[in-house]
Order: sequence, then C-alpha cells, then structure tokens
Amino acid sequence: MSETEVLVRARGLVKQFGSFTAVKGIDFELYRGEAFGFLGPNGAGKSSTMRMIGCVSPPSGGELRILGQDPVKDGSAIRARLGVVPQDDTLDVELTVRENLLVYGRYFGLPRKLIRERTDQLLEFVQLTDRAKDKVEPLSGGMKRRLTIARSLINDPDILILDEPTTGLDPQARHVVWDRLFRLKQRGVTLILTTHYMDEAEQLCDRLVVMDHGTFAAEGSPRELIDQYCSPEVLELRFDPQVHDATAEKLKEITAERAEVLADRILLYVEDGDRALAEVRDRGFEPLTSLVRRGTLEDVFLHLTGRRLAD
Amino acid sequence: MVLTVRAFRCWLTVYRRIWRSSIWSSILGPIFYLGAMGFGLGSLVDKHGTAALGGVPYLAFLAPAILASSAMTTGLDESTFPVYGSIKWNKIYIGAQASPLRPSDIYRGHLLFMVMRITLSALIFVVIMSAFGAPRSLWVILALPCAVLTGVAFAAPIAAWAITLKNEMPFNVVYRFGMIPLMLFSGTFFPLSQLPAWLRPLAYATPLWHGVALCRSLSLGRPDVLGDLGHVLYLAVLAGAGIWAGARTYTRRLYV
Repeated sequence: MSETEVLVRARGLVKQFGSFTAVKGIDFELYRGEAFGFLGPNGAGKSSTMRMIGCVSPPSGGELRILGQDPVKDGSAIRARLGVVPQDDTLDVELTVRENLLVYGRYFGLPRKLIRERTDQLLEFVQLTDRAKDKVEPLSGGMKRRLTIARSLINDPDILILDEPTTGLDPQARHVVWDRLFRLKQRGVTLILTTHYMDEAEQLCDRLVVMDHGTFAAEGSPRELIDQYCSPEVLELRFDPQVHDATAEKLKEITAERAEVLADRILLYVEDGDRALAEVRDRGFEPLTSLVRRGTLEDVFLHLTGRRLAD
Repeated sequence: MVLTVRAFRCWLTVYRRIWRSSIWSSILGPIFYLGAMGFGLGSLVDKHGTAALGGVPYLAFLAPAILASSAMTTGLDESTFPVYGSIKWNKIYIGAQASPLRPSDIYRGHLLFMVMRITLSALIFVVIMSAFGAPRSLWVILALPCAVLTGVAFAAPIAAWAITLKNEMPFNVVYRFGMIPLMLFSGTFFPLSQLPAWLRPLAYATPLWHGVALCRSLSLGRPDVLGDLGHVLYLAVLAGAGIWAGARTYTRRLYV
C-alpha cells in the first residue's frame, strides 16, 4: 500500500440538474489513508459531489474514477467497498440496533456469522453495546448517528463517506462522534466528509477544499489555508454604533493588513493583535470592547464564500 | 438475481416483526366477508333463484371473486404507502441504495416480498373458502396462482408509479376512484349481465374483471381454456409492463 495510492480521481467533474449546474468542473484526487473535507455553504455542490462519489448520481460531464473503476458501469462493485453516512439517518427505527446492522450486512451479501462478529466489534467501537437489543426509535440523535457510522463500517469499507456527520447534534454528542472518526482515521480508514463546521474540518481533515457555487474556491491543509487566506491573528473591535461607520473608514486607512467591517464589529487581520490594538489606541480610538484571537478556518471560509446567506 | 434476493431478505426481517398481526387479518377478513356476504346476503339471493349466477349458490359465485379482489387489495396495500414510505419516511430505499443493490434490485426485491404477501393471504383465503364449502371443483387449486397473478398485475405497475410521487395524496384517488369501483363493478358481487349493456365493455377492460372471471371459472370447475388463457395473458402483460417500468422509474428516482 503506497502512500500515494489514488482512490478517487476527478477531472472536470460536472453535475447538472436540468438547467442548473450544481458542480462546475472540479478536479481532485483522494489518497488512501487521508481525511479529505469538502467545506462550503448550503448549495455549494458538496452533497452532489458526495452522491457522485457514492455512485448514486451519474456525473453529467468530466471524468470520475473510484477505486480504479467507473461509477456508472461498476457502481455496484464500487459501492460494495464504500461506507456511506448520509446527511439524514436512514436507520429502520422499528428494528433493533442489532437488526439494523444485520439487514445492512445482508445487503452486502455478508454471511450471518461475520455480521455478528463485526456487529459486536462495531457496537463496542461506537459505544452502543448495551443498547444492542433496543429498538432504534428511542435512541438520542447522537446515538443514531453513531449507529449509522457503525452500520456504514459493516462491510469494512476502503473509503468512508460522511455527509455532514455532526449536523444537528449537541456539542457533547459531536465530540463523541469526532473522537470516533479520529480513531478511524488513526486506523488508516480513508475519510471523505462534508461539513460547514469549521472546527470539525480543522480537527479531522488533512486536506480540504472550500466549495462555493459549484467550484473550488481554495484547497490545501487547514494550516495552509489559514496562512494563505487569513492572518495569524484577528483583532475584533466594537465601537459605539454612532461612530461605528466613521471609525471603520479611518481604521481601514491606517491598518496595513486587511480589514472587514461588519454591522456590529470591525475585524482587523494582523500579524500581532496586541500591537495592532495598541496602535489603534495610540491613534485616539477607544473601542467599547476588543478581542485578540488567532486566525481560524472560519475566517478563511467567510473570506472566500462571503457573508451573504446562501438560501 | 442474487442482489434481488438480498433486497427481498431485508423485507423478511421487517416482516418478522409484524407477521402475526398480518396473518390474523388475513384469516379474519375472509371469515367476516364470506360469513356476512356469502351466508347472510347469500341466503336471501339463493331464495330468489340463482339462474343469473349460473345456477350455483351465491357463496360459490362470490367466494372466488372475493379471492381475486382481495389479492388486488393486498397488492395495492403493499405497493402504495410502503413504496412511498421507503423513500420518504423510513428511507429503507435510501439506505439500501448505498449498498451494492441497484435500483432495479431494490424494486424487484420489494416486489418479490409483495408476491409473498399476496400468496400468503390468497392461500389462507383458499383454505377458508374451502372450509366454507365454496369451491365446486379441485380446479380451485389453480385459482391460487391466478389470484396471485391478479395481485401482481396491480402491485407491479402501482409500485413503479408510486416511486415517482412527490406526495401521497394520489393514493387516496387510487383507493376511492380505482379500487372501490373496481370491486363493485367487476362482476364481483353480481354478474356483469346485470349491468346496462353500454357499461359492460368498460367492465371487461378492467384487470379485476379478468382476475374475477378467471378465479371463478376455476373454482366453479368450469374452466374455459381459451377465455382463461386470455385472462392470464391480459394480467401477465400488465404485470410484465409494470416490472419493465419499475426498473426504470426506480432508477430515475433514486439515481438523480
């Protein structure tokens, strides 16, 4: 298994729905063992891309190879080697936890004995062993998500595809899911995930692309993206609404780095936040509140995709 | 084929949970029906002479028709809401789609399950109508596969159509303006000779009439080889067209 074995390769990949083009010719390669993230606002084309990789949506144009095969011709064979965690849980809530894994394992034609063994291991892994005989219905959202992850691993997949794995979960439940996904990554499972949580992307992804309007706005590791599109530190300033706009204009002139004016705050992207704050005060501006923080992926994301609402 | 069987097995697991209640309704339904209509209404009908029925007791006339029409009902029940729900509510299809199963496998696997359900309830019906003494001949054994064919002639095309729906309202139309008139005017409760002449061709065109005529001719021990083959052909074409369409509509709906 070489470090650079390519599992998914896309060239000029396009997806159209009628006259609407959801994915506008993207190129990417996914290597074995990495965690690759698709970030982007709603409607950016993330899920469409995921569905094409999952072989349940034929590409409208371009080239796509998954595990060396053609997703349209060999979809069934490719899917046998994929694990999919869809955006919405598709568990059968009237069956038990264990039965859900059994039904799913049977789809893959696995023998009952093997399914039983894997079910024990997987339920242990997602911390649901004591719920094995319970119906799925009363489980919490976080438990259902973990069960969906366990189910997606029943066929010991080469690639695990996760579409917004923690959307809708409370913070505790999200951290448990992240922890499990991180362990999978450490075991060498290749992950592809979409998310609009920047902390999720920062924690889990080795490499990511920021998608917007069906194209890649940027790609790289989280660190590279922050270095390239943001600054080491961000100074957030809040002024009296009366002078907010006027102050913003003046600050823009005096700061060498980029500034962004929001309705309630002014963000200055700087090398050194404390020094910049001192400079602002030296020039006679006194903010109501100020905050110096590190540049994050969220800054990159908002910079690249804008602050407008997607839908 | 292997993949179709895998999809079918999923439905068996689901069915294991509810088979008891479904078997009970398959047993009690025919008993109520044949008891009330066959004996209750039948005793009145038989008093006035049954020449129009072909000279047999009302129960013997009615039972094979109810066999066919309840096969239709089971076919409809299994191919409407369960199909729609598998994509909208419990999302069984969406889950299955991520596995090696193709949309055509998902369709055929579910259809196979519908065939099993129709067969089970038709089998129970044949046993009960025999206990009531309704069949006039051993030919009734052949009425069982014919009833199943009648059910599939509805289930296969309806499932192929149900998958394309965006909401479940059209099912109400199927039941109110499809199933009920078919039950009433397909020679089920009274011979078509009682209908006005201009209405009869309409009844002859409906699939249920073919199922009813077929099951009745066998149960009464009066098989009419050419006519019955015609009925079988009609129903088989309908089922075949449904199976052909289903693989396509499922693919179009699931692979977007």
